[in-house]
Amino acid sequence: MYQYTRFKNQNSFFQKFGNLDYVLLSCLLILGFISLATMYSTDGGEILFHTRSHFIKFIIFFSMMIVISFINIKFWFSLGYLSYVIILGMLIWTVNFGITASGSKRWIDLYFLNIQPSELMKIFIILCLAKYFHRMKAQNVNSFYSICFSLIIIFVPMSLVIIQPDLGTSLLIAISGIVVLWFAGLNHKYFFYSCLLSIISLPIIISFLKPYQKLRVLTFLNPDRDPLGAGYQIIQSKIAVGSGGITGKGFLKGTQSYLEFLPEKHTDFIFTLFSEEFGFIGSVILLLIYAIIIYRIIRIGALSRSYFAKLFCYSFGTSIFIYIVINMSMVLGLLPIVGSPLPIMSYGGSSMLATMIGFGIVMSAKTHSEQSIA
Amino acid sequence: MINISDNATKLNSLNRRMFILATAKIIILGGIVSRLFFLQVKENKKYLTLSDKNRIREWKLPPIRGEFQDYFGNTIAGNFEAYQLHIIPEEVEDFRYVIYRVKELLGLSEIQFKKIIKKKNEIKPWETLIVADNLNWEKFSKINNHLYDLNGVKPVISISRDYPYKENFTHVLGYVSQANENDLLTNENIKEKFVPGLKVGKTGLERSFEKKLIGSNSVERYEVNAYGRRISQLAFQKGDKGETIKLTIDTKIQELANELLKEKAGSICVMDIYTGAIIAMHSSPSFDPNSFVFGISQDEWQLIRNNPMKPLVNKSLSGNYSPGSTIKPIVALSALENEIISPDFTVQCKGHKNPLELYGQTYHCWKKEGHGFVNLREAMKQSCDTYFYEVARRLGVDKLSVTAKEFGLGKKVFKDIFDNEKKGLIPNTEWKKNALGRNWVLGETIITGIGQGFIQTTPIQLCLMTAQIANGGFKIYPKIVENNDNQYVDKFMPLYKKARNIRIVQDAMFSSTNEVRGTSYRSRLDDPKYQFAGKTGTSQVKKITERDRELDLKTFQIAYEERDHALYVAFGPYKNPRYALSIIIEHGGSGGTVAAPLAKELFKMIVDRHEIRKNYDNKKYLDI
Repeated sequence: MYQYTRFKNQNSFFQKFGNLDYVLLSCLLILGFISLATMYSTDGGEILFHTRSHFIKFIIFFSMMIVISFINIKFWFSLGYLSYVIILGMLIWTVNFGITASGSKRWIDLYFLNIQPSELMKIFIILCLAKYFHRMKAQNVNSFYSICFSLIIIFVPMSLVIIQPDLGTSLLIAISGIVVLWFAGLNHKYFFYSCLLSIISLPIIISFLKPYQKLRVLTFLNPDRDPLGAGYQIIQSKIAVGSGGITGKGFLKGTQSYLEFLPEKHTDFIFTLFSEEFGFIGSVILLLIYAIIIYRIIRIGALSRSYFAKLFCYSFGTSIFIYIVINMSMVLGLLPIVGSPLPIMSYGGSSMLATMIGFGIVMSAKTHSEQSIA
Repeated sequence: MINISDNATKLNSLNRRMFILATAKIIILGGIVSRLFFLQVKENKKYLTLSDKNRIREWKLPPIRGEFQDYFGNTIAGNFEAYQLHIIPEEVEDFRYVIYRVKELLGLSEIQFKKIIKKKNEIKPWETLIVADNLNWEKFSKINNHLYDLNGVKPVISISRDYPYKENFTHVLGYVSQANENDLLTNENIKEKFVPGLKVGKTGLERSFEKKLIGSNSVERYEVNAYGRRISQLAFQKGDKGETIKLTIDTKIQELANELLKEKAGSICVMDIYTGAIIAMHSSPSFDPNSFVFGISQDEWQLIRNNPMKPLVNKSLSGNYSPGSTIKPIVALSALENEIISPDFTVQCKGHKNPLELYGQTYHCWKKEGHGFVNLREAMKQSCDTYFYEVARRLGVDKLSVTAKEFGLGKKVFKDIFDNEKKGLIPNTEWKKNALGRNWVLGETIITGIGQGFIQTTPIQLCLMTAQIANGGFKIYPKIVENNDNQYVDKFMPLYKKARNIRIVQDAMFSSTNEVRGTSYRSRLDDPKYQFAGKTGTSQVKKITERDRELDLKTFQIAYEERDHALYVAFGPYKNPRYALSIIIEHGGSGGTVAAPLAKELFKMIVDRHEIRKNYDNKKYLDI
């Protein structure tokens, strides 16, 4: 039987090709198309820098995803720790030699492109932890040693990102890590206690926040306290979404973005623009596409044989879901403003690269769903 | 290595947790959709309004100001097309080059140039910089010829105030200038219609009729971006021009008044004695109101302000003068009405050697030799002071003040049309007690009888007084703006007790102008068509001392500030009176020699113009 499976797992190229999840692929393509159209709109109805750059990145990274999906999932398993360490190194490099833009050191210059290692870390922390828990016996999951070790794995990159400073991304890294811990079967009581602890220590945390971050929290609680200053983004964003109505103002007709009332419309607030132009119906369709994508990811996880692949797919799917929820809640005024991009839709190479690597690994889990990992 | 059961526990736990999370995800997704629903469907209207508020901005354009016309429909304050030069700095590639080129072409001085640069630094780069607000045609066409070289410079034709008759109507109309903070605070209309560069009335009728004149703004609705830059025009709503206000003034007579008062300080008022229409009202010296439209230069302003003849004061309305002998018709009338004297009442005027003496004070007649025995008619004709001392003494100041007030002295003639109009002062015993806290003395009554002392009148009041005597003693309400409303129920109410008394005074005034030894005999017009009746007045600016009396200096030998004011009131034509006038020349000397000759010139024209005015009226009715 072992022999049989082993044999079966040595799929030919064409078999692998046939095993690709075409629903997921087409959903990603549709999303890519939507994001390109939206980017075109942010450029004011012209093909300018953002549209072109986004298009190129999407094409390159999408092809890369296809390539990754043909690589055996075992390879990714074996790469788990190494990639984590490499990204960690890049983060340390960023802290020391990173490019400073708008007050924080987030990028490293790789000559042909600037890369944001913190975005990559969002994916590779899942990979690393999934590998860590794959090997672990069920009874050891809740052992003191494993909890400590996994927490270190989470805290080191998180703190490296915090000092950039980039609170948003570091929180997303932490969430990605915690999601893996939860799926790995960490006892519920730990989550309960840590939630309790963080609520109690909330005042202390707030006292550690930077002034602008405190302002964001205050603004979230009451955006009208400074409508032209700190509250401007969220107020304008809500106006944009709200004025979209059921059917939206129409493609390229979003006055809020066209007349430059919207801040950060290429990146964090891209959904606002989309929602203004395509309205409630368009937004729900977009959410539906995301829902299908997440469903497909989880389905691939469910169909995978290996625990590693399952853990990765579930965690990755959940993380993507959380990124989307955080971004949309922020844009719709349900959460304070934290810098978090909308996967695939937002402009940004590193985010797209990380997401596409994630999808690639998921796709690889699909094409190698029968692969068991020792 | 991993045993199967262990793996199965892990997978079980994993799938169970996935299931829990999937449920949570669906709930959260539902939450987001409901939030979207709330914002986009339920609150859509609110946010749509907010979005429009964001993107649509209105620009008000200056309204076009209403015009003033004289009686014959000639525009006396209109609008003209001012040639302006605008630059929008961001549309200019090389601002430095262009601005220096413009400087060179217009020949701007360093100071002007610096002002423009300062203004440029204050505005946003997409806002209009007005480089020149009123260019002459020569410079404007010069700029137009060099436009190929001046990228971004816009020659603009804008509407601005114009006073074609320059200084002729200055005190009646006032002038317009840039609205300042004070205008905005005091006038709601201006506040509502304010746009930078809006010009509003500062004095005169321009100010009091602001509400009617200002018109309404044209509104341009633009789509703007977050930085306030205009993207596209959405709508243009044309405003209404302000109302045209028609005055009763005859420009020709007004011009003549200006001509006659040239180089002199004083005022001329001409009034229709039946309608109360002001035919002319001029205060001299005047100034050109056009200089204020684009802001007056400091030098020019200082010149006007420091002129000893006070061009800024509207002497017709706010000049308080002792009426001098021009009050005598009222004194005589009051005495007749109160039956203190009869027309035959006679007083002996003994001249300077034997003046009237009362409680140690002496009261001289103006004539050194005295007039001898004079009755009312003679006294008025020769303006005998001694006679009126006696009449005033018998009459008492309180009775006199009642008659004077009835005939329009001591109160504003034009209610509230002119904010600079003065009330003048008609004293009585009560007034002095209240105002000065001292009792009235008889000597003050005596000098009031010849229009000296506390008594103060404005030229327009004297004109009204004369008009009401001339029309047979009926109340009229002067007006300067043509309107058909008969808002006054007591119009043409008799002001006399006996009509005969009015005729006696009219006759006395006739004698003063048309009979030998009358004070204005030399200024008479013999043709009955033009013949007028009047009363001269010479009001002292300072008390005449014994020394002055001995020196008996001629007017030109006295310092300007100490010379007497020359006054003259008259009405005509005598046979069938229609117009009354008052003339005052500050520090002019004697009323008979300086003021009365002007009346001669005026009446010639007034009577001639009357025909034209009547024909114009008839034609107007025919047109209907």
